[in-house]
Amino acid sequence: MNRIAIKMLVGDVAKYFGILLGITFAALLITQQSSIFVGLMSRTYAFVADTSLPDIWVTDPEVKYIDELEPMQSTALDRVRGVPDVQWAVPMYKAVLRGRLQNGTFRSVIVVGLDDATLIGGPPKMVEGDLGDLRRADGVILDVVSARTRLARYSAYDAQGNPAKDAERIPMAVGDTLQINDRRAVVVGLCEVTRTFQSQPVIYTTYTRALSFAPPERKQMSLILAKAADGVDPTALSDRITATTSLRARTAEQMQWDTILYYLKNTGIPINFGIAVLLGFLVGVAIAGQTFYNFTLDNLRYFGALKAMGGSTWLLLRMVLLQALLAGAIGYGLGVGLAALFGIQAGGTELAFRMTWHIPAISAAAVALICALSSLVSMIKVIRLEPAVVFRG
Amino acid sequence: MAEAKAFAVRTHGVTKVFGRGAAAVHALRGIELEVPWGELVMLVGPSGCGKTTLISILAGILDRTEGECQVLGVDPQHLRQSTRTRWRGENVGFVFQQFNLIPALTAAENVAVPLLLLGHPRRKAIAAAEAQLERVGIADKRKVRPTQLSGGQQQRVAIARALVHEPRFVVCDEPTSALDADNGQIVMGLLAEIAMRGDRALVVVTHDARIFHFADRIVRMDDGLVAGVRTQTADRTLKLHSHQP
Ligand SMILES: Nc1ncnc2c1ncn2[C@@H]1O[C@H](COP(=O)(O)OP(=O)(O)O)[C@@H](O)[C@H]1O
Ligand SMILES: [Mg+2]
Repeated sequence: MNRIAIKMLVGDVAKYFGILLGITFAALLITQQSSIFVGLMSRTYAFVADTSLPDIWVTDPEVKYIDELEPMQSTALDRVRGVPDVQWAVPMYKAVLRGRLQNGTFRSVIVVGLDDATLIGGPPKMVEGDLGDLRRADGVILDVVSARTRLARYSAYDAQGNPAKDAERIPMAVGDTLQINDRRAVVVGLCEVTRTFQSQPVIYTTYTRALSFAPPERKQMSLILAKAADGVDPTALSDRITATTSLRARTAEQMQWDTILYYLKNTGIPINFGIAVLLGFLVGVAIAGQTFYNFTLDNLRYFGALKAMGGSTWLLLRMVLLQALLAGAIGYGLGVGLAALFGIQAGGTELAFRMTWHIPAISAAAVALICALSSLVSMIKVIRLEPAVVFRG
Repeated sequence: MAEAKAFAVRTHGVTKVFGRGAAAVHALRGIELEVPWGELVMLVGPSGCGKTTLISILAGILDRTEGECQVLGVDPQHLRQSTRTRWRGENVGFVFQQFNLIPALTAAENVAVPLLLLGHPRRKAIAAAEAQLERVGIADKRKVRPTQLSGGQQQRVAIARALVHEPRFVVCDEPTSALDADNGQIVMGLLAEIAMRGDRALVVVTHDARIFHFADRIVRMDDGLVAGVRTQTADRTLKLHSHQP
């Protein structure tokens, strides 16, 4: 009877299409929105993820997440280095400063200062030049996307100082100069960085030079990057650093989660995506449930005939369940497939899209729930169905 | 009990009340009915007199309110639900006024349904169904969907389905009323020819006087009671008006 159940489902093309449409749409919306959500969330901690060498991040105890750092005194570095099992610890400067381009326009930029001796914490990938070039006089490395866009200049300007009509955009290139807080900086390389929630251009330089760009303050060290000795558990070590230095030490993973959770708690992002996912779910239930119910209603007289001719209620329920399951599986496949296609399309763009294995699993659970809800009403109908209806017009 | 076995169907004082209180409908008010083995019995009477209600009870798809009822030696109402379903599947064949063929299935698949419900393997069931379609004269339509068949052809498929599992008791509710006169003759002739054997019984509800001659016994009902029984020598020849289609 399984084959008969499937034929009944597929045989009614219009209804079958409607059921599939509902489930596909729900699976697509849930998968796609969740993937964008995860994509956005993983952007929040991209700076931490990009910096792979250290396994412990030490900050001022007041710091909650990576994008808002509270400077520490330079003596903090020695305190961290003094903790047993710390293999190495280096300072890092990270702050938003004011840059001025050659044409006189101002731009906020994120200046990242790397330990002069080791240059630990540099960009994940160089596009032009070499990280070592930072040692040249006034050397800085720009992120290549900003060099092409926000830091670019135009071939011509109008009287108001806006780009002229047919002006060409000229990317900032190696050898160009800019001013950061009135100090000269020379571009010695271009790098790639993963996009973060901080939209400003990223400029890498040495720690000492970064301090020379920065306004003079008593405390200037933003971060201490540390590495646990071989065989030492970073989590235990960071707990120990926190306990002995009265600083805040977090493993890279903890730091990432701190950042995600901060954004989750303090922005509308989760609610907005939650609503989109919920909508997808509800639309799926509405369309798929409604059409599936109609499908069952249309077939009720045949189910009645089957009951009269010796089909048990249990057998009919299995038929309905199989029909729901089949529609669910195909709709799910189509929906997740479309979402994946969307992801592949979005791959080359600025769009955040990240489909971890959890997402198809969550969509599967949602689709299963949609099918269960849709078929439940139909099943109740079938259970209540009196075989005597077969003789009634 | 031995006496009950002489008849395929035997009822005593069967009543059926739908609903309760002021809205109660007394559809059957004490039915006395005997259907001997090997007979084709027609139930006739005005609309609303309880014919459909009665065969529903006989076929074990509806519970009576009072009275006694033996069908093929058992009281279907005394069987457990699952046993009763199985009993119906094995012993009862159904023919409906509106055919009730599943539109998504081919003729052969529709005919195979009772066997599939009994758990027969698909291949065997389809083979038996095709043989049955041949007996009702439409073997060539085995791969065709019901919607592409004429009413007469659809009812022939339905007859094949009602008989494919060799039931001992066949109930038909107005099997010819959706058909023209000649198709009614053909369908009734097939039913009488294929279904009638000494170890079987057929109850046909109808108000189509043109097929009365097929019956061994005509039970006239009125207002929930049996108003009269006439036995006759059945004439199983087809009374066709036009040339045979
Ligand atoms: N399920 C039901 N609920 C209430 N009344 C019913 C139901 N089925 C039949 N009846 C009533 O029982 C009476 C007999 O109906 P039925 O057996 O269908 O008559 P027939 O088949 O002879 O036309 C009618 O008055 C009908 O309205
Ligand atoms: Mg009737």
